[in-house]
Amino acid sequence: MTKLMTGLSLVVPVLFLLSLTLGPAEVSAGDSLAALFSDDYGPLSLVMREIRLPRSVLAVLIGAGLGLAGAAMQGYLRNPLAEPGLIGVSSSAALGAVFAINTGLATGMALGLPIAALAGALIGVGLVLLLAGPQGGSITLILAGIAISAMAGALTSLVLNLSPNPFAANEIVFWMMGSLADRSMLHVWLVLPFVAVGAVILLRLGRGLDALTLGEDAAQSMGVNLNRLRLMLVFGTASVVGGATAIAGAIGFIGLVVPHILRPFVHGQPSRLLWVSALGGAVMLQLADIAVRVILPTRDLKLGVVTALVGAPLFLHLIYKTRKGQG
Amino acid sequence: MRVWRCILFAALLGATSGQAGPTRVVSMNLCTDQLAMMLAAPGQLASVSYIARDRRASAMADDAMAYPINHGRAEEIYLLKPDLVIAGSFSTRATTDMLRRLGVPVVVFEPGYALDDVPARILQMGEALGRQQAARALVAEFETRMASLATQPTRRRAALYSANGYTSGQNSLAGQILEAAGFANIAAELGYSHSGVLPLELLAMADPDVVISSRPYARASRSEEILAHPIVRDLTARQNTGEMRDADWVCGTPHILRAIAKLQHLHIGAQALSEGIQ
Repeated sequence: MTKLMTGLSLVVPVLFLLSLTLGPAEVSAGDSLAALFSDDYGPLSLVMREIRLPRSVLAVLIGAGLGLAGAAMQGYLRNPLAEPGLIGVSSSAALGAVFAINTGLATGMALGLPIAALAGALIGVGLVLLLAGPQGGSITLILAGIAISAMAGALTSLVLNLSPNPFAANEIVFWMMGSLADRSMLHVWLVLPFVAVGAVILLRLGRGLDALTLGEDAAQSMGVNLNRLRLMLVFGTASVVGGATAIAGAIGFIGLVVPHILRPFVHGQPSRLLWVSALGGAVMLQLADIAVRVILPTRDLKLGVVTALVGAPLFLHLIYKTRKGQG
Repeated sequence: MRVWRCILFAALLGATSGQAGPTRVVSMNLCTDQLAMMLAAPGQLASVSYIARDRRASAMADDAMAYPINHGRAEEIYLLKPDLVIAGSFSTRATTDMLRRLGVPVVVFEPGYALDDVPARILQMGEALGRQQAARALVAEFETRMASLATQPTRRRAALYSANGYTSGQNSLAGQILEAAGFANIAAELGYSHSGVLPLELLAMADPDVVISSRPYARASRSEEILAHPIVRDLTARQNTGEMRDADWVCGTPHILRAIAKLQHLHIGAQALSEGIQ
């Protein structure tokens, strides 16, 4: 476990540096990193500080948040299929963000965009938990998720199609697939408080989630307040996913793939899975964001394309395993 | 007696307008709307597209208020009983095919991709409307004004940058407007001959003297957010050209002369400024 933590903690900064040296402007790695700290490089300094740095920072922040949110939801529902993207939390957050942008709330209020996305995510998580019930049976969970995703996706398309802005309708892809292209430091400051607050809330749920592996009654007899735990989970997840989606769109599968791969290393203990999933999520989103820039350097290939190509087969595998378990 | 006078008048009218053109013309494309409004005889143009009234896209929004509008749907256009429909080549094929099946003549116009296309489109419109004489007069006026605008090209570098990071090269109307005003387009340096997405990084590295952008729409979109990125904002702020690209740039009509003149003004101003600093 500590070895895993150390390993992942080393991979994150390595990928961070690699991400900083990647971009359509062909500059040597040495020059680009030096330009980050020095003004002598003219426009390159600007490119490093205003384009590549925020992109790399956002990949770490958002990846960690999504990995963590996935691990927390799976711990609470005791179901490996629970993932913010799959169960409609991300699409609900995207709906909130699109609504804020199109009503002018996003421009009228400094934190209007992430707050609206958080509100959307809050409704999404709330509905899923309500529909799936405390036991989180796989079928009800997935069905609830499909319904919420479809509804939020349709409403997002509706808002974008009704917009008098001729560009809006083409943005459906961004909101459904996610991208970190052309973000600035402003976006980093916008997303940071939401992911940080949500992460702190979720990381503190470890003890309660561990107790919950023994069943609800046992957890309650161990002094875990289940109502409080649920409330914290809902708010923490909404804060992380809302903040992340407001800036980068709905990026799916990170919260599914990362906890699934890492669970055996922590012997299925939810409290430890939270920490490693945060690191693992950062690694996965960094890798995905590096991949989209290597595959199509000058075009904006969406992150969701890469994460889904990795995640969807795993999802199928999990469904298959769940079915065998039931049969 | 009265009847005879009427017939004589009609004959005279026919003679002055040259060939007898269509009498009820519907245009369903922003650019053909404008050419038709410039050339049509009174009463000849029955309807223009709804975009012709949109101040952001149409250089003749006020003129368009005088005409009924259509939304480019086959049904509403057919009900207008036109004897000629003018469409752009980007109008939906389904609509124009449907109209042809219903027996309505449809003329399709290519968009203007170059300054040279402007006189050609004017003459084509004159032909379609049976207003060749008016078209020739407009072309002559356009060419005279164009010649008087000719400027010495300099090495001041400019970039066109719009929503989604789109830039325009020399084989586009916007690119040619830029060139006609004497700017060197950085799109050429970077190998863009047509329009395409220019990554923000490459724009920043090219460090152009002027970046020309358009005013974002009232309701925000993520596509236009790139224009608010600190890098684009700083570049457009250099010459205050963030909102310069307007309706005059959209269509290959004589209105592009206004766009060129405004750019030249900027060009001369910028030159004076840099000479003043030296």
